[in-house]
Amino acid sequence: MDGMHEHEQREHAGGQHDPNDLAGDAKLHEGPMDLAAVRAKLQSKTGKQYWRTLEELAGDPQFEELLHREFPRQAPSEWDDSVDRRDFLKLMAASLAFAGLSGCGRTPEQILVPYVKQPDGMTLGKPQFYATAMPFGADAIGLLVESHEGRPTKIEGNPDHPSSLGATNVFAQASVLNLYDPDRAQTVTKFGEIQTWSLFVESAQAIAAAMKGSNGAGFRILTGIITSPTLAAQIQSLLTLFPKAKWHQWEPAVGDGAREGAKLAFGSYVNTIYRPEKADVILSLDSDFLGSGPGHIRYAREFSRRRNLDQFFEGDRSGPEMNRLYVVEPTPSVTGATADHRLPLRASDVEGFARALAAELGLGGSAVPPAGAEKWLDAVAKDLQNNKGKSLVVAGEQQAAEVHALAHAINAALSNVGTTLYYTGPVEAYPVNHLESLRELCSDIYDGKVETLLILGVNPVYTAPHDFDFASKIKFDEKKNQKPVKNTIYVGSHFDETAELCDWHVAESHYLETWGDARAFDGTLSVIQPLIAPLYHTHSAREVLGAFGDKPGVSDYDNLRARLGADELTIRVEQNWRKWLNDGLLQGSASQPINVTLKFNPASLPQPKSVPTGQLEFIFRPDPCVYDGRFANNGWLQELPKPVTKLTWDNAALVSPKTAERLQLAHNVAWRGGEHGKVYSNVIDIALSSSKVAAAAWVVPGQADGVVVLPLGYGRKRAGYTGTNKGFNAYAVRTSDALWTASAPGSAIKKTGQDYPLACTQYHFNMEGRQILATGTLAEYHKNPNFANELVPMPPKELTLYKGEAEFPYNRDKWAMAIDLNKCNGCNACVVACQSENNIPVVGKDQVMRGREMHWIRIDRYYEKLKPAIGDASVYDDSLDNPPTFFQPVPCQQCENAPCEQVCPVGATVHSAEGLNDMTYNRCIGTRYCSNNCPYKVRRFNFLRFQDWETPQLKLLRNPEVTVRSRGVMEKCTYCVQRINNARIEAEKANAPIHDGAIVTACEQACPTEAIVFGNANDKNSRVAKLRAHHRNYSLLGELNARPRTTYLAAVRNPNPELESA
Amino acid sequence: MSVEQPPFDSPEIRRLTPVIGPGHTFGSVTDKISSIVLTRPTSLGWYIGFLIAFSLMGVMTVAIGWLVIKGVGIWGINIPIGWGFAIVNFVWWIGIGHAGTLISAILFLLNQKWRTSINRFAEAMTLFAVACAGIFPLIHTGRPWMAFYMFPYPSTMGLWPQFRSPLIWDVFAVSTYGTVSLMFWFVGLIPDLATLRDRAVKKPLKIIYGMLSMGWRGSARHWHRYQSAYLLLAGLATPLVLSVHTVVSFDFAIAIVPGWHTTIFPPYFVAGAIYSGFAMVLTIAIPLRKVYGLEDFITMRHLDNMAKVMLATGLIVAYGYFFEFFMSSYSGNKFDVFLVQQRLHGPYAPFYFALILCNILTPQLLWSYKMRHNVTVLFIMSIVVNIGMWLERFVIVVISLTRDFVPSAWGRYSPTFWDWATFIGTIGMFVTLLFLFVRVLPAISIAEMRELVAETSEEKK
Repeated sequence: MDGMHEHEQREHAGGQHDPNDLAGDAKLHEGPMDLAAVRAKLQSKTGKQYWRTLEELAGDPQFEELLHREFPRQAPSEWDDSVDRRDFLKLMAASLAFAGLSGCGRTPEQILVPYVKQPDGMTLGKPQFYATAMPFGADAIGLLVESHEGRPTKIEGNPDHPSSLGATNVFAQASVLNLYDPDRAQTVTKFGEIQTWSLFVESAQAIAAAMKGSNGAGFRILTGIITSPTLAAQIQSLLTLFPKAKWHQWEPAVGDGAREGAKLAFGSYVNTIYRPEKADVILSLDSDFLGSGPGHIRYAREFSRRRNLDQFFEGDRSGPEMNRLYVVEPTPSVTGATADHRLPLRASDVEGFARALAAELGLGGSAVPPAGAEKWLDAVAKDLQNNKGKSLVVAGEQQAAEVHALAHAINAALSNVGTTLYYTGPVEAYPVNHLESLRELCSDIYDGKVETLLILGVNPVYTAPHDFDFASKIKFDEKKNQKPVKNTIYVGSHFDETAELCDWHVAESHYLETWGDARAFDGTLSVIQPLIAPLYHTHSAREVLGAFGDKPGVSDYDNLRARLGADELTIRVEQNWRKWLNDGLLQGSASQPINVTLKFNPASLPQPKSVPTGQLEFIFRPDPCVYDGRFANNGWLQELPKPVTKLTWDNAALVSPKTAERLQLAHNVAWRGGEHGKVYSNVIDIALSSSKVAAAAWVVPGQADGVVVLPLGYGRKRAGYTGTNKGFNAYAVRTSDALWTASAPGSAIKKTGQDYPLACTQYHFNMEGRQILATGTLAEYHKNPNFANELVPMPPKELTLYKGEAEFPYNRDKWAMAIDLNKCNGCNACVVACQSENNIPVVGKDQVMRGREMHWIRIDRYYEKLKPAIGDASVYDDSLDNPPTFFQPVPCQQCENAPCEQVCPVGATVHSAEGLNDMTYNRCIGTRYCSNNCPYKVRRFNFLRFQDWETPQLKLLRNPEVTVRSRGVMEKCTYCVQRINNARIEAEKANAPIHDGAIVTACEQACPTEAIVFGNANDKNSRVAKLRAHHRNYSLLGELNARPRTTYLAAVRNPNPELESA
Repeated sequence: MSVEQPPFDSPEIRRLTPVIGPGHTFGSVTDKISSIVLTRPTSLGWYIGFLIAFSLMGVMTVAIGWLVIKGVGIWGINIPIGWGFAIVNFVWWIGIGHAGTLISAILFLLNQKWRTSINRFAEAMTLFAVACAGIFPLIHTGRPWMAFYMFPYPSTMGLWPQFRSPLIWDVFAVSTYGTVSLMFWFVGLIPDLATLRDRAVKKPLKIIYGMLSMGWRGSARHWHRYQSAYLLLAGLATPLVLSVHTVVSFDFAIAIVPGWHTTIFPPYFVAGAIYSGFAMVLTIAIPLRKVYGLEDFITMRHLDNMAKVMLATGLIVAYGYFFEFFMSSYSGNKFDVFLVQQRLHGPYAPFYFALILCNILTPQLLWSYKMRHNVTVLFIMSIVVNIGMWLERFVIVVISLTRDFVPSAWGRYSPTFWDWATFIGTIGMFVTLLFLFVRVLPAISIAEMRELVAETSEEKK
């Protein structure tokens, strides 16, 4: 990616824009306004007066009313009722147009002035790429962001960045939509009333001055995990200024297990970094290290490199063998689905398993493995023992400290430290036990010790454990007639649950709007540079912290340069600075491995507290799409089918088929949408720890029996239009003593007798004996490498009516895609990347339930070894207990002999000379015949006008190189034809062929596992041509003779023969 | 009727149940038929019926209006079921539109005199059914205002329709069929229009019928030209009767969807069309002869003959079902085998069994002479067959799409309010047009009936 990089904060396209320019802003105002009255009023005013808009100054009662409606103290009626998305967006558009002066200084740009002088390095119409990073928990994902005339439109991975290696995950991909979220808070408010930033700074300074006397005794700062050295230094300097102030942290979806486990094992907080690429045998103890957690994108890449199988094809068997993954987990994750052996165990039994494994490996202690796991344990122990130094044991983020300590001990015993994993100092700026930290804060507030509470970017009112009752800690106390905390300041991107209860709310800037830094999972210092000036009157956490310090008003940019030692204006410094910005990171800044000594004896552990058999185990997990709830208002993520359940727009209490049978929970496929859309599920009441929540139950094959998964992040009360009141709030039953695992008798679940419609995009998971997803074992592959092509007889090629056409030679370029099912772990990054690249609309839950979601690439999930009739997870069958799970990304197959093309009456879908199956939107009249005739059902139809044409922010989001489709036309994957054409133009300018890798489709770009490869099949040396010649390469439904250009490489699992024979 | 009637057609029966009641003269025939249009006062029943039908047509107008405003998403269709009620209804209406031309043209060429009293309204019914059918392909497109792309007009972009698509063949087949049917119907009407012109008392009617009768004076030369034109049109219409539904069946047979991709479709669709067409003629003829006292003109002989045609085509359809079933099972093609299992055991199995009941089992009653001569039974039977044929199209169009090749994409379909509103609305339009037709045009061909009177009186001599 030869992206352009820039070193200065850019001005928005269209010239200088001063938000304080009232005359300029008045252009946004529509409708008559009496300027004379305004002038008269202004003249009559004396002293310090603040006004937000000219209307307010003029005392327009309608505007006054609007103000109160836009920033109400309680949820206004408009947001809670069943207004549909479109109406809401109209409402938003209207409020922007009418009241926008107050908050929206940037959108929409209404004056079009071309550049008089074109900026250096910028060609109008050509995107630029800037390196930045997205901070996420104890990680920062290095990104290259595509910018069109100053608008960031697409996120891509930064190939130079260790945590990205060029790939991304769903959160990074979707984060650009957060930037343009119309529901974002747009300005500073106090008690819901709009305030100016300077007034806030004044108040902050006043608070700071008042605290000075007590050395900040009543001052508390609450943040999430912070890896940013600049931010941490700022907090530290505040703590120096106010020595009695305290810094608390609360990250709801990251467990304390890893931190405390390291402390238990080594006596101090250390950071563990895995090298899955070096491991032949990997055991995951309930760890979803391929799908979530710090470094997971890199880990997925490293893991997939050991799943290549190329060496067998090349005839060279000297390369590294395919690795083997064992996973012990309570509920299927993408890691579990990728595993060669997967053992469903209750989360509380994982510790018992780890202890037994430690004992078996001779680490001392004696433990009985959980029932049914004995044989498995023996085999794993033997396999690990045989691969000393080449094995890896990974403990899950949500597992207890003991499991992490045991994993450290086992890794040490297997001499893996230094080869398949290493330790560094903590990446987090201030590692603490988050639960204890929050508990201390709450008890301090309860004791009346807290006077000023500054909350940075976390939403504790929503996420804090239920028993902490955080809302009451900051809410006005009616009985005492006072607030528990005198000053509450909240910095957050949305006016959410916490903002509602705080005095001050500072609208937080998006990471694409601010300068900053963050450390990646391995400690690499990554630079966050803004892609756009803040869209609204928003501010970063750094600015807010600065407001409390002794030097308010220092810009983030200056702060960062000072921190990085680049504040001198010398050529050398400037060169360095530019290089850092260009790279997005400081080369060589990764943490050095440290030597740690194990101070831990597994035998000394106290007895584990396992959930008694017969009791239900409730476990809390971050949602794979909305995480801890922070992405709840992101339509892309809400509509993204969750990797395993394929649910959208809701979470559900996940239960195993056997548990469902016992509790008599069932699904009921609706007649409209049906298996591809709408399934009714039973609503259950879950009574846990003196609290109750009603949830839809969903049956998941492969889940451990007796486990109920309660995904976090849903049921939000104030997330914005998209995220409010979706699903159920699992935080409502989550208490501090059972943060990850709670147990309750079976009676904790009661069927309410009601049904709830869930939007599930793929309910049918049985392949019905068809060769859809070819799978085999490594042994089978060795025996017959061509197994994937021998399952069905292929028709002779001569059997086509349109011979001339199908035999078109494709002399120039012949685009093709190969998808390695052995690598794909179903992480969904490609789906969101495609949505972002190709302006794919979000259709909403109702339309998904009608089977009309628009994703151009979908990930199909199938279970193997099912009995033929099994098609409903809620009908118990023992083949559903732990079925092997496979994922298959399905974009348009770009058939050479395309069934869709022959039936289009108007020739709107036609074949290009390069073999692309092109859609001509202008010509399409929408008969949908092509979709009916598509055997892969990859075509998507605009049944209604799904695109949002009104919301100005969303206009900024669109990729200008891709048509925004209207209603009534068919659309589908184009192989990112815009990228092909860009590459072609460059190649023709250079009078050279397009070299392999010059075109990277959006899905390929995002894929962490390199499962998707695109290229020119005519180029014998291209990666795709090699993959197409691979034995494992097969066509989906090849017997139909559609001759797809997208081909698949069969999935090969590497089971342990010892366990296989059982 | 005597109890010892032989069960099959025989000269005795033909003699016993004549094609025209006894005692009719040229005058009485003309009086009776033209009086419905010219002299009889419009009954309250007509107004009530017309109002109901017209209201239903209004529902259709609203449904189509809303469709144009919002898009086809107001229907129950989705991915994978891209075609729902609209195409089901289209095929159903086109099928109904088969009987008219068949009766007029093919029976005319075969010199079947009994067709005379039913051909006029059967043709009208054909036209109206084709009109109803024609609405659906237009409105089911995502962008109906662009539907003209389907016509081969000389566009400045040099773009033509994609002639390999069966939908384009449809455009030609249906529009040709509609045009020829209209011409055939109108040519047949000319002598009668002249009769009405001559008998009309009011000035405006004289002018309107006068213009429509195109200067018909009844001269021998007119009759000569008329008859050759009619014969030619009959010859032209005959292959169209067979071709139009054959082409409609190509929409499915050409596609690769299991359940669509079958070579048996063309004959089976044509037989089905005639089947449903005759059912619809019966559905209309029975109330019509009752209300307007036309039992002398539309006699039991007619009903009996139509029932026999229904039985025969019903058997062809049953043969089609059987062979579709057999070939799918026998082919060894796993998708086809699966389809058959789905029809029998899948979520939509009740529809398939209802279809078998309506289209195969119930019509077997028509083997009985008694049943064929029981007007109530015939009427109910005709409705059952109409429902059955609609179900057949539903089973073919929708259910085949619900579960095709890739199991992950399987889905289900159920119609929405707007699906039903559009469907019932077209029934309203159909009935509205029929009501107008019997009110303003002679529902039975006067000229041909007079011919029949002449012939039967000759026979008697």
